Amino acid sequence: MKPFLAIVRRDVRLAFRQGTDTLMTLAFFVIAVVLFPFGVGPEPNVLARIGGGVVWVAALLASMLALERLFQTDYEDGGLELLALAPMPLQIVVLAKVLAHWLATGLPLAVVAPMLGVLMNVPPDVFPVLVAALLLGTPTLSLIGAIGAGLILGARRGGVLLALLVLPLFIPVLVFGVSAVEVAAQGFSPKASLLILGGLLLAALALGPWAAAAAIRQALE
Amino acid sequence: MSLFTGHDLICIRGERRVFAAVRFSLPAGGALLLVGANGTGKTSLLRLMAGLGRPADGAIRWNDVDIAEDPESHNARLHFVGHGDAVKPALTARENVAFWAALRGGGDLPSPAEAGFAKAGPDAGLAAFALGPLASVPGRYLSAGQRRRVNLARLAAAPAPLWLLDEPVSALDSDSVARLRNAIARHRAGGGMVALSSHGGLEIPDAVTLDLTDFAAAAA
Repeated sequence: MKPFLAIVRRDVRLAFRQGTDTLMTLAFFVIAVVLFPFGVGPEPNVLARIGGGVVWVAALLASMLALERLFQTDYEDGGLELLALAPMPLQIVVLAKVLAHWLATGLPLAVVAPMLGVLMNVPPDVFPVLVAALLLGTPTLSLIGAIGAGLILGARRGGVLLALLVLPLFIPVLVFGVSAVEVAAQGFSPKASLLILGGLLLAALALGPWAAAAAIRQALE
Repeated sequence: MSLFTGHDLICIRGERRVFAAVRFSLPAGGALLLVGANGTGKTSLLRLMAGLGRPADGAIRWNDVDIAEDPESHNARLHFVGHGDAVKPALTARENVAFWAALRGGGDLPSPAEAGFAKAGPDAGLAAFALGPLASVPGRYLSAGQRRRVNLARLAAAPAPLWLLDEPVSALDSDSVARLRNAIARHRAGGGMVALSSHGGLEIPDAVTLDLTDFAAAAA
């Protein structure tokens, strides 16, 4: 457990000391959402209708931004070899790095989402559902993204490739994340959608670290 | 007594056979010096020893058990120093060393006496390579030689019986080379083993030399 926490602590510390990952992700998220009222017009009903979807799509794209560097910097400075040689399974190393990545990017997205909900005229009583859906959905994005981040190691222009690889895999999370918000906005219980999001998270938790570890081993051969 | 051996190893990179029929045997306290021209597979052999790759044929064994059978136990007993120094620009020298030491804190490590160090930890590692004054300097302000010393400080910060060093003296000044020589001597006196590649500059007393150029010819 101690080495696991050491990796989480180091990566979170790196993220906050360099500042770029969290700030860039949040700034992109805010700007992307703010563009929509300009694009579709400030009609409150239209905004309320599309608000949940816009916040989700923007969160999804924002969480892509820092993914490329999840393993890339360690790969370039030789640290990934040493992490692979740590006396613990590589899957656990991946899980620790994904957790740190989520704490630095996914969690802040969920925290600022209600503020953007106000901007998009999402009813305030839906905010808890929006935050809960993001809290369940963004870790799944980080876990799926880790597979892509492992696969692009050593590739040129990996960022674009990464988007092409993982964005299609993000669709189930997007579908159920948005449906949770919309169902709640219509006054029904969002429980079913949230449970499916939880199920997706469990599936990603069970599969993601193994697939990412295999991709990393491939890159280190 | 521990024994680290390689049997009839073949390494293939891309379509090319790098070496074939390589054997080595490293007893406790032993040293293996890999020499050979560029491209003869010194780095490849060290990576095979670390378990970062699998040999195309042959086996690497620790006490007659293939290292591929239990990679985690093998990881717990080795230190690998490669071409990259793995020093994070945003962390101080001490934080860098402390992280790598903490990462190895969970496995069943040999007792410090066995590895030849009275005490271990990030500060012992920094002291062994005279990094005390640089402890709080962020990695981005360190020179290439200082980064290499931070990387080498891991060796003393967390004991492990097997050191695999790939060109460890590159970028080091003569004082640091002497410190590395001392660290290797202490490590071997405590029963540790070391395998390293070098183009000279680091004399190791009674090291077994393995010239990989000979095996490249055999592979062709």
